Amino acid sequence: MSHVVVDPVTRIEGHLRIEAEVDGGQVQDAWSSSTMFRGIELILKGRDPRDAWAFTQRICGVCTTVHAIASVRAVENAIGAKPPPNARVLRNLIMASQCIQDHVIHFYHLHALDWVDVVSALKADPEKTSALAQSISDWPLSSTKYFAGVKTRLKDFVERGQLGPFANAYWGHPAYKLPPEANLLAVAHYLEALDWQRDFIKMHAILGGKNPHLQSFLVGGMATPVDPDRQASINMGSVARMKELTARARDFVTKVYLPDVLAVASFYKDWAGVGGGVGNYMVYGEYPETDDDKPPLFLPSGIIRNRNLGKVEPLDPAKITESVKHSWYEDGAGQPLHPREGLTQPKYTGPKPPYERLETAAKYSWLKSPRYDGEPMEVGPLARMLVAYGSGHKRVQELVGTALKSLGVGPEALFSTLGRIAARCVETVLLTEKIDGWVDALAVNMEKGDLRIHDTGKWDPSSWPKEAFGAGFHEAPRGALGHWVHIKNGTIANYQCIVPSTWNAGPRDGSEKRGPYEAALLRTPVADPKQPLEILRTVHSFDPCMACGVHVVDVQRRELARVRTP
Amino acid sequence: MGSREGWLAGELRRRGISRRELLLFSAGVAGTFGLPASAASQIAAALTRAKKPTLVWLEFQDCCGNTESFLRSSAPSVGEVVLDLLSVDYHETIMAAAGFQAEDALKGVVKDSAGQFIAVVEGSIPTGADGAYCTIGGRSALEIARDVCGKAAATIAVGTCATYGGLPAASPNPTGALGVADAVPGVKNLINLSACPINAANLGALLTYYLTYKRWPPLDGFRRPLFAYGKTIHDNCERRAHFDAGQYVEIWGDDAHRSGACLYKMGCKGPVTYQNCPTIRWNEGTNWPIGCGHPCIGCAEPDFWDRMTPFYKHLPNVPGFNAGAGIDTVGAALTVGAAAAFAGHGVLKGIQNSRKKRNGGANPPAESGPGGNAGSQP
Repeated sequence: MSHVVVDPVTRIEGHLRIEAEVDGGQVQDAWSSSTMFRGIELILKGRDPRDAWAFTQRICGVCTTVHAIASVRAVENAIGAKPPPNARVLRNLIMASQCIQDHVIHFYHLHALDWVDVVSALKADPEKTSALAQSISDWPLSSTKYFAGVKTRLKDFVERGQLGPFANAYWGHPAYKLPPEANLLAVAHYLEALDWQRDFIKMHAILGGKNPHLQSFLVGGMATPVDPDRQASINMGSVARMKELTARARDFVTKVYLPDVLAVASFYKDWAGVGGGVGNYMVYGEYPETDDDKPPLFLPSGIIRNRNLGKVEPLDPAKITESVKHSWYEDGAGQPLHPREGLTQPKYTGPKPPYERLETAAKYSWLKSPRYDGEPMEVGPLARMLVAYGSGHKRVQELVGTALKSLGVGPEALFSTLGRIAARCVETVLLTEKIDGWVDALAVNMEKGDLRIHDTGKWDPSSWPKEAFGAGFHEAPRGALGHWVHIKNGTIANYQCIVPSTWNAGPRDGSEKRGPYEAALLRTPVADPKQPLEILRTVHSFDPCMACGVHVVDVQRRELARVRTP
Repeated sequence: MGSREGWLAGELRRRGISRRELLLFSAGVAGTFGLPASAASQIAAALTRAKKPTLVWLEFQDCCGNTESFLRSSAPSVGEVVLDLLSVDYHETIMAAAGFQAEDALKGVVKDSAGQFIAVVEGSIPTGADGAYCTIGGRSALEIARDVCGKAAATIAVGTCATYGGLPAASPNPTGALGVADAVPGVKNLINLSACPINAANLGALLTYYLTYKRWPPLDGFRRPLFAYGKTIHDNCERRAHFDAGQYVEIWGDDAHRSGACLYKMGCKGPVTYQNCPTIRWNEGTNWPIGCGHPCIGCAEPDFWDRMTPFYKHLPNVPGFNAGAGIDTVGAALTVGAAAAFAGHGVLKGIQNSRKKRNGGANPPAESGPGGNAGSQP
């Protein structure tokens, strides 16, 4: 039995530590720990609720829009502000751009090196690489000459002897299965994706002034004026530019990302049987299509239990609870407190740094353990695609069906490490198809003469109730995100977040049920405990975002019951 | 390493980048610094001569926003070449290695290149709970920062968290978070690139400056390079004429807002914020916050989460404020709530005091920058 520690888990956002027991070439048990805490919810107390989006936005600079969105929704929900249609469309555009860009970066820059052996690419025949590229896509950068250039660049880089971020990795590990030409193709697209993401995210500069940390959110709407006849507003020039960016995104995603995922997956089909995890999935739903109180959502909400795609249950937020048995917080005497009194204090009881091992039988993470109806839930792209699939979303069923068919596997393959990668890609394709329509919607609305961007009547705190509770839900790239706010006399009395990576990366709960990472790692093969590449594969397939996951305040049933989905 | 001299020239050729394009890029860099056009050829020459210095990038109590900004580095293809100028031996977000192999990479740099490498720090450093609020590989952020920054030739603190504590240090600072200057006093050649997050163009410009001149640029009292922090947002704001003419946005989405009027009354902190956003803009010049219709929140200033909030309350008075038609209106508006908040708070005063305090702080100006502390700010 080897005790394997992976800390830092790299190519993620934030600070994650995995400890695992490996025996007989497999993970026998695993513990997921978040090792960083900031206390942002404590910092928010007493502040102007209209500022909260900027504070919470800084929870994460990777998914740099998601906490701002959840925050303005929570405050709007509390004070009864109603963003006008332009604000809804602008937010949909921002959210979808975030998701598209984030998913592509995740595949190429955070996850690919678990599957792609960069050193092996040096052995590739550029002609074979070209043939492979042209057999899977009509993306124009596919000539022999092009790949020969990439290979030369890589060769020169390696021969200079300074491997930089590629040093000390698991190159040559027996779990790498791609032939050299596929590795070279992936290296070329790693570099192309680096350029593409920088270009595409100009969507956020148009809509939010800059990226990271867009600066156009407002409680009650958006700060981006829209007017086809003004220079200082979102106008038809902005519309034209966004249409060009979204068209290029569609091109890149369908001609590079999707074919690459299918090609890589075809060499790793055994990973469709690894990393399944808890088998329960939760989705809040996203992309409101109208301005009604309960708008139809482009991606539906719901719960799937025990991998049963035939039954999608409606989401009941009252069933969400949290455990701190294994988290570094005061237990609050184990008694659930009323939300207005609910206060959980951080209390570190782990080993004093520097340390070798965490006390995994006791408390071992800054994350808590959220549960739905007492069960751990996986959230994220796979959950969203499964719930949409099970709810009869036609386009999702088509895209998932096509992907499964091309790999020659059945729907059961989705419940796996590979399934997460495929679902993330399918969602990206879906959103690149959809996003252009929101650009058009903005143009159409402006043409009608509707230039409203803000519910101005609810801006001044004197228009708010003396005391109010609100909740804001959002489907972030990494999954279901919720913010809860308690406002008293115009300032924040309490603020709380339950974040996707808390659901996925949290430790064991009060009944010792493992969190999704921990469960997914069980029976993951490990060829060499000193080079736990396979552990990284399964953990990375969730796209960890640890800074997001850490929060401090308990959520109570009563408060959650008043939550409404976006 | 001598044999590697000139590799960049070959690199540029292979990537189809002509000398002319390199000169154009260098001219762009020179422009960011406000250097004369003649500096471009000097920069181009230095870039093609340089070997790759080692850089390690540490992340502590961070959100990864500065790393993401780094990934948005502008000037396509040539910008990438500039990245290739460095050997980034440790950066958790992008490096292939993990676990002890990743730690070994960092230890290797500290051991083998002591006194020669550049350390970049992102995120604040917590001092509470014996360091347990942020550990990497079981070591506390404070221990790592002391070890690595203490051995670096220079440390670049990126973002407001690493420079001044930032968000984690906002009141009540639950984790005892500090910026590098306060957490590792006396660290050699500390450069602060504040802002939330940094504009990647400023980091690129700083590194190019160093590679070209083999020294660090002159800094202001907060150890920020003058080329990026020498003027206020307000000085160079494209809406400045509206401020001077007394044309203000009063309601989100009103005619003035759609026409690009001044955001002063909506809480803009441009008058007290030193940063070059209006001139270099963001995301390859696409836009910037005021350009998209939202006030500046002052993110490059120390303690902005406490001193610049509430974000939508306007400043009580602005140095150089035009005594024209607008002043009465603004004066009247001051009596509405904001006055109380700011009179008690003394925002401008506080900022000035804070500047003084840090000016006289424990950290001397950068050793290699001529003039060091230019002290050009109020």
